[in-house]
Amino acid sequence: MTALIDVKNLTLKFRTDEGLITAVDNVSFSLNKGEVMGLVGESGSGKSVTAKALMHLNAKNAVYTPESKITLHTDKGPVDVLSLRTPRELNIVRGGAVSMIFQEPMASFAPAITIGKQMVEQLQLHGDYTWDKAKRWSIEMLDRVGISDAGKRFDQYAFELSGGMRQRAMIAMALSTQPKLLIADEPTTALDVTIQAQVIDLMKDLVAEFHMGIVFITHDLGVVAQTADKVNVMYLGRMIEEGPVREVIRNPKHPYTQGLLAALPKLEDLNAPLTPVPGDIPSPLERPSGCVFHTRCSKVVGDVCKSVDPQDRRIDATHKVACHIYDEVPA
Amino acid sequence: MSDVLIRAKGLSVGFPIGGGLFNKQVLKAVDNVSLDIEKGSFFGLVGESGSGKTTLGRALLKAAPITAGGAHYSDGEVDYDLEKISKEQLKDYRKRAQLIFQDPYAALSPRMTVRDIIAEPLEVMKLTKSRQETDARVREIAAKCRLNLEHLRRFPHAFSGGQRQRISIARALVSAPKFIVADESVAALDVSIQADVLNLLKQIQSDMGLTFLFISHDLSVVAHTCDHVAVMYLGRLVETAPTRKLFAAPRHPYTKALFSAIPSLDPDDRGAAQKLKGEIPSPTNQPSGCKFHTRCPFAVDHCKQVEPKLETDGSGHDVACHRWKELMAPEAA
Repeated sequence: MTALIDVKNLTLKFRTDEGLITAVDNVSFSLNKGEVMGLVGESGSGKSVTAKALMHLNAKNAVYTPESKITLHTDKGPVDVLSLRTPRELNIVRGGAVSMIFQEPMASFAPAITIGKQMVEQLQLHGDYTWDKAKRWSIEMLDRVGISDAGKRFDQYAFELSGGMRQRAMIAMALSTQPKLLIADEPTTALDVTIQAQVIDLMKDLVAEFHMGIVFITHDLGVVAQTADKVNVMYLGRMIEEGPVREVIRNPKHPYTQGLLAALPKLEDLNAPLTPVPGDIPSPLERPSGCVFHTRCSKVVGDVCKSVDPQDRRIDATHKVACHIYDEVPA
Repeated sequence: MSDVLIRAKGLSVGFPIGGGLFNKQVLKAVDNVSLDIEKGSFFGLVGESGSGKTTLGRALLKAAPITAGGAHYSDGEVDYDLEKISKEQLKDYRKRAQLIFQDPYAALSPRMTVRDIIAEPLEVMKLTKSRQETDARVREIAAKCRLNLEHLRRFPHAFSGGQRQRISIARALVSAPKFIVADESVAALDVSIQADVLNLLKQIQSDMGLTFLFISHDLSVVAHTCDHVAVMYLGRLVETAPTRKLFAAPRHPYTKALFSAIPSLDPDDRGAAQKLKGEIPSPTNQPSGCKFHTRCPFAVDHCKQVEPKLETDGSGHDVACHRWKELMAPEAA
């Protein structure tokens, strides 16, 4: 396995009128080629901000700490993502080696420009393409993601396509530059389950074919179970659990991960009560001291949870959790 | 058999679209739907987007035009024929039937305090005689929805999605309705908040003896909350049954496909599902015969020509499919 991206000690704060707000707090992870990582958490947990950091795409008021380091391994050697400044330098992580698919495909296509023109535009921006060559490749990609009549769709506008078609077109566009890393931010959330199943299948095929890495952001653990190789769970900017998908879903260690799974309605047992994680995710302005989850945690073991920020504990070689409960477990 | 609160008979909702002056086309969003919603039940309505579930919900609230057939509301105090309802009756019906929307961010006015948002229906419908009475009523409902006095003074922007949805629920409940249509009311929420809001809805339903029409595209949510489920496809009812029966043995190929499309929580159970091809056809260009035949893996010529009727077998499990019996036979599976 070859490393594709390494994130080390990523801490990201936003400068606002109310002071510095911590959005991502000392997050580290890495992803290999051909690997799908599920990034899970509630709204406000910092998953989208983390993903955008990989493209150095956060708003101007974002402040990265000096320790934060994101290294992208490309064919031409490692790239220090956070040191990229000019638009030309940034091209490599914005559509070049890294592409992104967003949740709402209607909002991501320009409404007054045809799908085809948008696809060609980005191809010409990132590579040496004539209009004809770009058009041929775009139509091939549209065809590849299962859009029928790709030649006709090429000349249509986003509003003329159904939701599922738009998301396919979005995927075709994101993949046409043959990125090494694809960031998919809730790509199936706005779709019907039937269409979601189709899109998930498509993405799995594409990973196998193009051998890229995917960061798959979702709040749906079912979708994660179906797509990911490994899972990272975030809460209020912290990475609180990380491990292979089977481990995290069957044997969750962090009380928050356990809570997320307990809150899911399960078809196998209709009598099981739905157990919400009590309370709401706190405002990032009022980050709890100690473990950020202690205000909602049902397994607080004492003052240590309120005062000491838990470090990662290793459950085994690949499964890590940041929780004080596991202190007694010998390392 | 308990009492029926809402009975729809051959209900259709059509919207005129395009066409010339003399050949106006009609888009049939809901087509010949008959169903009974029993008093005190939690009735689920599922289907993909474009299946007509929202329009059916609105028609039952008399918020979408009924173009054929009709619906009857009867709660023991009043009896309304929704098709011929008078203006006076409609005013009264608005108190009795309420709607909770999907997006708690769009449904609340950002310029009103939570107290004013919840009190507005009382004021508009002139249900209370004094400000004191209004306040008392608002506080009572707010408490039921786990909102405190401090919350009432604030504006919606200060609240999270789950809290906002609780405000929407309080607003719908304040006129003491009997019937509530909850349209994708938990779809925009995180799982843990979703569980919380679902529990709240169930609690309120049993406390206040309400009847819910719960519209959702999420079958696992429906399975957990509803006691009866109807499945819609392209404006038609294709299957309806008590929840447990439906989930134990779905009969319509569409229902089966919806079930198998739910992503399994088991990482080793990947791709075993039977996937539905294609998308729901446009309602302006509907297939002949069975509306589902274009996507149905079991369609035969007969399905393309003749539209199946909703068959009743006496057990309350109705299905509209020509072939369901042979498909349910063990060797066909």
